[in-house]
Amino acid sequence: MEVTCRVRRYNPTTDEKPYYATYTVEVESTDRVLDVLNEIKWHHDGTLTYRRSCAHGVCGSDAMRINGRNRLACKTLVKEVGDRITVEPMMGFEVVRDLVVDLDSFFEKYKSVKPYLINDDPPPAGERLQSPEERELYDDTTKCILCGACTTACPSFWGNREFVGPAALVNAHRFIFDSRDKGLDQRVGAVGSREGVWRCRTIFNCTDACPRGIKVTKAMEDVKRKLLYD
Amino acid sequence: MYHKYDVVVVGGGGAGLMAALQLARVPGIRTAVVSKLYPSRSHTGAAQGGIGAALGNHEEDHWEWHMFDTVKGGDYLTDQDAAEIMCHNAVETVYELEHLGLPFSRTPQGKIDQRRFGGHTRNFGEGPVRRSCFAADRTGHMILQTLYQQCIKHEVEFFSEFQVLDLILNDGVCCGVVALNVRDGELHTFHAKAVMLATGGYGRAWKITSNALASTGDGVAIAYRQGIPLEDMEMYQFHPTGEYKLGILISEACRGEGGMLLNDKGKRFMERYAPTLLDLAPRDMISRCIYQEIKEGRGINGQDYVHLDLRHLGREVIESKLPDQADFIRVYLGIDPVTELVPTQPTAHYAMGGIPTDLDGRVTVDERNTPLPGLYAAGECACVSVHGANRLGTNSLVDIVVFGRRAGKDMAEFVAHNELVPLPPKPDAYASAQVKELLGRTEGESVADIRTELQAEMMDKVSVIRSEETLCHAQAKVQELKERYSRAAIQDRQSWFNTELTEALELGYLLDISETVIAGALARKESRGGHYREDYPDRDDKRFLRHTLIYNRGEGIQVAYKPVKITRFEPMERKY
Repeated sequence: MEVTCRVRRYNPTTDEKPYYATYTVEVESTDRVLDVLNEIKWHHDGTLTYRRSCAHGVCGSDAMRINGRNRLACKTLVKEVGDRITVEPMMGFEVVRDLVVDLDSFFEKYKSVKPYLINDDPPPAGERLQSPEERELYDDTTKCILCGACTTACPSFWGNREFVGPAALVNAHRFIFDSRDKGLDQRVGAVGSREGVWRCRTIFNCTDACPRGIKVTKAMEDVKRKLLYD
Repeated sequence: MYHKYDVVVVGGGGAGLMAALQLARVPGIRTAVVSKLYPSRSHTGAAQGGIGAALGNHEEDHWEWHMFDTVKGGDYLTDQDAAEIMCHNAVETVYELEHLGLPFSRTPQGKIDQRRFGGHTRNFGEGPVRRSCFAADRTGHMILQTLYQQCIKHEVEFFSEFQVLDLILNDGVCCGVVALNVRDGELHTFHAKAVMLATGGYGRAWKITSNALASTGDGVAIAYRQGIPLEDMEMYQFHPTGEYKLGILISEACRGEGGMLLNDKGKRFMERYAPTLLDLAPRDMISRCIYQEIKEGRGINGQDYVHLDLRHLGREVIESKLPDQADFIRVYLGIDPVTELVPTQPTAHYAMGGIPTDLDGRVTVDERNTPLPGLYAAGECACVSVHGANRLGTNSLVDIVVFGRRAGKDMAEFVAHNELVPLPPKPDAYASAQVKELLGRTEGESVADIRTELQAEMMDKVSVIRSEETLCHAQAKVQELKERYSRAAIQDRQSWFNTELTEALELGYLLDISETVIAGALARKESRGGHYREDYPDRDDKRFLRHTLIYNRGEGIQVAYKPVKITRFEPMERKY
């Protein structure tokens, strides 16, 4: 089928301002939006710039706005979005080039919640025990691939770039609710601050945007309750 | 720009991060991880089903049984000293991962859960055993995340989105790498006492592959260009269950949980070929059996695929133990595995061969295993060789963590006892010329077209079934493509985040690697593991129970051999 793809393009080293380029390509309806971008890059315009790697939704490279919604280009099929596709970079980060955004601040915020197991007790010879029920408490938030789709769909983040954002909070949740972790006190600074979880206004854009189906808003609510009641 | 470190690790997947983590724990050692992706995007994250270790959490198991399965699975081309270390160390390494926070699935008693996997047996082949330790069906994702998290905790320095272009050698010693900062196009020279290549595989040489677009064998090709031989390159694994036409992996965990392969008659055809292990026979065998079924007209509707049947597992097992598989199948094939049959075909998946190393990850450069001081490799880009002619499922994750860790520890020792070797004059001359040439050429054929032809040729002529005829055809074709590549041009002339440039560089790596795969396959006139020659259908231990080494000697390719290390298990006929 013929697809018309509008791409928001911008190279800050050469372009005065962003513009939209339109490409018409022949693809299958079962192709991914990533295939559309590849078709453009490989056979129409080699200068089109985007990140991609695994091409099946597990590496998190190709999060972008597709017809106004944050999605992974490799996990969105043409038949879901139709033959007129608008592709734009995620909102809220500086554009490096075309669909590539600067993720440095994103990863800095991720680091700020101490996204690693904190437990200084000497480990046993074998595994630490954890019941399936205990593990279930944080199963959902272990799925995060750090694509940035949730954070850049969040109006609270758009309004205040200091907000640590849902992606970092999902990863905080993953450790706060892990029965093996003892680092809540060390995380409270980043997670419980003004720019932490309390900036969340339960808008649910993050949950809609997550390509891994993580219940992001619920995770943040869990964290709020933990801080308030535990 | 110039940087000085004690160690530079190239690649931010499981092997690279495991090594970096060992180094980060030693005070005073400065380590940089240089990776063309953000580390969390590495292909380790795509591994699904599990990591093999004889924990015995469900039933009796021993690392010796794991070792036997690894050796037999590798069709006896496995170096047994390496397999012994891997299977023995697997147990403590899995516990270490758990201590680092890895969220394994759990048994009702709270222990690490384990499932069956292809080729893993109890008591030297009697029947399947539950050895694969798993975190749902995203075990690789969890290993990658856990190691990345720990590297953050230990303040490892990362240079993300840096494309490696060259190794720096001075008088037979490795003393750094040259990399392109993709963001601004600047070349960086990393001067170091030790360099580790952990750049992963090269499945993108084939049309149908489970591999990421980034899996282009960069480190392997760069080593080869520097005169380092490549080992057993003909040993490339085709995973039996890729999504039809797409190649996206459907984990062996599906069959570990009880999934079955069916032909056009609805028959469970593995009953015919592997009566004991059935659908959990090793991957090389199942892929060949699928080709055989297709050849004999029993592909679905006479076409080139078969069915994977998961329906009898029931919704609950599928949703709880195989959630990502169900998702991949629903999204990309548009069908529901709970009620429908899944079309699958073999997909290019894993390189058993690669850069030869010893047991501590030190790269070796000849038939006598002489190490090249300062250069290390681990993970899929390396060949220790633990996988021999065919890797068992779960052993890739074991390999990266066990040998990544050993390489890291050995590098810590090495840098403590060795001085920084000075850089040769103009260390970035080759890299700089390569980039300038690609950016400067204004007219020429498109890189994408050459890549498409390469992938089609490798899929058609150098996949599951090979012969002198197909390999010679491919050899001539790759020579032609290399010649055309030397005149290819790109449209993007910017230095700023130029991904057309990096794709062109990657194609150069794929072409060199394809050449070595074909050379190894032509030289090995026998069938063993993942390498099946129609014209030499039997294994020939007399002539070929040895490793192939392919050298780039400037004037052309040279083939040499080195012996296989056999310790506990004498080669036997391989039946399942």
